Amino acid sequence: MITQLKNGKLYDPTNGKDGVVQDIYIRGGRIIAKPSSTEKISHTVDLSGKVVMAGAIDMHSHIGGGKINIARMMLPEFQESRRYSEPEAHICSPNCSHHATPSTTETGFRYIEMGYTAAFEPAMMPINARQAHLEMADTPMIDKGGYAMLGNDDYFLRLLTAGKDQKAINDYVAWTLHATQAIGIKVVNAGGISAFKFNQRKLDLDEAHSYYQVSARDILKSLSRAVYDLGIAKPLHVHCNNLGAAGNFETTLKTIEAADGLPMHLTHIQFHSYGTEGDRKFSSAAAEIAQAINKHKNISADVGQILFGQTVTASGDSMMQQINAKHANPKKSVIMDIECDAGCGVVPFKYRDQNFVNALQWAIGLEIFLSVNDPWRIFLTTDHPNGAPFTSYPHLIRLLMDKSFRNEAFAKLNLDAQAMSNLKSLAREYSLYEIAIMTRAGPAKLIGMHDRGHLGVGAGADIAVYNEQEDREVMFSKPAYVFKDGEMVVQAGKVVKVTWGATYTAKPEFDIAVEQDLKQYFDRYHTIQLANFKIDASEISQDGRGRIIVSKQHPIRS
Amino acid sequence: MNILDDSVQLISATCPACGLLCDDLLVSNSTPISVKNGCPKSQIFFTQAALNTSPSMFGVDCNLNMAVKAAAKILHDSNQPLFAGLGTEVQGMRSVMALAEKAGATLDHMHSESTVRNTLAMQNSGWQTTTLTEVKNRADLIVAIGTDIVTSHPRFFEKLVWNADNLFNKTTPEVIFLGATGNTSAGISPDGHTPTVVAAETEYLPAIMSALNAMAHNKKLDAHEIAGVRLTELKAVLEKIKAAKYAVIVWSVGCLKITHAELTVQSITQLIATLNENTRVTGLPLNSGDGDSSINNTSAWLSGYPTRNRFNVHQRGGEFSYDTYHFSTQQQLNNCDALLWISTFNAYTPPSGVTPTIVIGHPDMQFTQAPDVFIPVSIPGLDHAGTMFRMDSSVALPLKSLRKQVLPALSDVLRQIETLLA
Repeated sequence: MITQLKNGKLYDPTNGKDGVVQDIYIRGGRIIAKPSSTEKISHTVDLSGKVVMAGAIDMHSHIGGGKINIARMMLPEFQESRRYSEPEAHICSPNCSHHATPSTTETGFRYIEMGYTAAFEPAMMPINARQAHLEMADTPMIDKGGYAMLGNDDYFLRLLTAGKDQKAINDYVAWTLHATQAIGIKVVNAGGISAFKFNQRKLDLDEAHSYYQVSARDILKSLSRAVYDLGIAKPLHVHCNNLGAAGNFETTLKTIEAADGLPMHLTHIQFHSYGTEGDRKFSSAAAEIAQAINKHKNISADVGQILFGQTVTASGDSMMQQINAKHANPKKSVIMDIECDAGCGVVPFKYRDQNFVNALQWAIGLEIFLSVNDPWRIFLTTDHPNGAPFTSYPHLIRLLMDKSFRNEAFAKLNLDAQAMSNLKSLAREYSLYEIAIMTRAGPAKLIGMHDRGHLGVGAGADIAVYNEQEDREVMFSKPAYVFKDGEMVVQAGKVVKVTWGATYTAKPEFDIAVEQDLKQYFDRYHTIQLANFKIDASEISQDGRGRIIVSKQHPIRS
Repeated sequence: MNILDDSVQLISATCPACGLLCDDLLVSNSTPISVKNGCPKSQIFFTQAALNTSPSMFGVDCNLNMAVKAAAKILHDSNQPLFAGLGTEVQGMRSVMALAEKAGATLDHMHSESTVRNTLAMQNSGWQTTTLTEVKNRADLIVAIGTDIVTSHPRFFEKLVWNADNLFNKTTPEVIFLGATGNTSAGISPDGHTPTVVAAETEYLPAIMSALNAMAHNKKLDAHEIAGVRLTELKAVLEKIKAAKYAVIVWSVGCLKITHAELTVQSITQLIATLNENTRVTGLPLNSGDGDSSINNTSAWLSGYPTRNRFNVHQRGGEFSYDTYHFSTQQQLNNCDALLWISTFNAYTPPSGVTPTIVIGHPDMQFTQAPDVFIPVSIPGLDHAGTMFRMDSSVALPLKSLRKQVLPALSDVLRQIETLLA
């Protein structure tokens, strides 16, 4: 069975194709070379005049695990937003849905209906990983995966304090990837979540954790080295210290320096790019941050753009969410300490364009997008649902591609915020090719999904086809077709066939002897058995829907 | 892993008999079965008989096929079925949700009269909570409000309070029972240190909590005692909480048998929030069991709502809605036109009065009035594997299959019914 996609206009940066009209052939869920004339084409879809890209990959979206489920339980009123036909904020259009806490079914459907074929849960707490995988298993249509959170767990902090060598750290990191079925490692407010349990309320990069006497810098250095040594494709995913605090850009700049040339990914960097200038002592440091990213080729970042409307922030950063809870809207929040492993803070927010801080946050995110030169190192995210629900991506894409649309939106913002932003002077408009890099080719390369994010021979046939339209928001919100593993699953922006994706993991080699010490640690200090902490691959595949893909990584470097 | 197959062996097991979900149990296959590291509840759970009961209709035995067909017919003919009880784990609840979408059912758990009080408080103002491993390693003060803890969660003190080992060389926690009835002697530490017991009737807890909140805000109270408790005594409790490095306030909404218990829960969580401005105080709500944490979590990710929700078949092509008042079992018993009662961990029987009634659950159920359809199913964690959430919702653990399976699992039966409804 060969399917031919005829005459589409391909935007495929991995293979250097920028609007090239070319046919694609699919067999057995994969893209194949043009078959010989004797082979039968069983199905042809005419894509003349249509834009063809690989399925998009959201490399940072809170789609599975405890935090979002807490948000669902705390905010049943959010489900009503499915019914809204009018957007809440006047600068968003009706395509910009503000349903921040979709069910797992809805998550899968809304993603695929935009042409997204994979999404990654970026804050999978190891102790809560089973729940994250249960939820992801119930998320149809898309592939998924998770980054395991380390750096605030007492086991790691004890290793670090005891001065254990890098090999011990590496073995523990690798063991965690296996045990939690994860593909990457994330650090949230390095040391800060743990320090909050000791009643420390702030932890800067070089400040000592009051109990362990290690700094965030020590933690980041140790974990970024481990991820590099183990050959994990996905660089250490770093949620910097001091999220949301005025003046935090200095912490972010110091963190970039602390990476010391090793690969490091700074996530939702918009929330970490704030200065202290102006009457309100809150200003944009987007220029400084973008300059640092441009200079340090080992650094990548996703933006975590905010868009106006009601959402909820769900973070592992209990320390900073305790502070942010004062701004909760509606006024409620859940803050948790969890299992000597990490924590969480779930705080609803309503971003308003007439609020000075919110308006400036919006501008800061866009300033970063437009000021980072290399689209391979900057990624399109709203930190779903923290900055905005992922369903607002088409709106965000239009803001990046359409300067006059962006400037019109900017002109409606809080005036004081306008005065503090240079956004109007940034004339850059992203091209379709660049959008394809930052939403397809870039994330696939970053995470190490070698057969995704592109349209070359051998790639998995995850393909999004859009009707070329001047209004990029309309264009990207309703693909003409989406193919998942070669099957047509979306037509005219609606799901026509339900499928279940795979779970991507990384399984580096390591010394299993690490389990001896871990077993003792669990028996003495934990409340569950080590054996039950580990998630067996069969738990993900048992219902016949899910399956594990072990993504090929770099060779071990240590 | 089947203990009937081999001669003598010990198998590690996870116990679903209470929300602690202890997974350090060792179950033997000797006769009688012995349970190591157990408690009275786990002893009962793991040693219960494996009855091989046949499905029945109106009390008359029938085969599974006939029972499944009859159940499907009842649901097919029903306009507003109620799925209640819901004593199951994650995989069972997934099947319940799938069937609810086919049948247009209202969903409510058997313990939700209690559970929903916590949910309402959380939905109104949020809360700050902790989990069991944090309690074990950090707590230096346990304040139990309105509960002795051990009646519902027998190994709480043994595992989480009297533990000799902890990560931070903390002292053994001091224990305060505030308005607790029952077995407060469980709070006597192994070295003989007795707990502080502030006696008060449950009905006075709202007043006591309000007084503690007022004092936490440095308000002067123009009284010497509140609900029979001297203010100096309450003040002492508050000072201890403030002085603790990591105080854990435990409550059991199941024990708060008072009108509008959600307001008292909120009073507790507000006290925690206020004190957290300066020190670390955190809450630990006990659950009521029978899979309440599991089914609410599963329901939340699948439908967007915890239970007391309904799938409306005719609304916008089918969607869930949520109503903690109208969708309660009590309300729905008067409004539904069919009842599906599910209880797989315990032989709890359905409320009477609904015709027709389908019961799917524990094989030991004894009925005063035989339901239209009864399908006995295997017991999760004993007869079949599964996944269950602990009381703190942060940890989900695998349940094991320990006995030879003679009955179908709940999800097998529900899937068969669903197929017939399609």
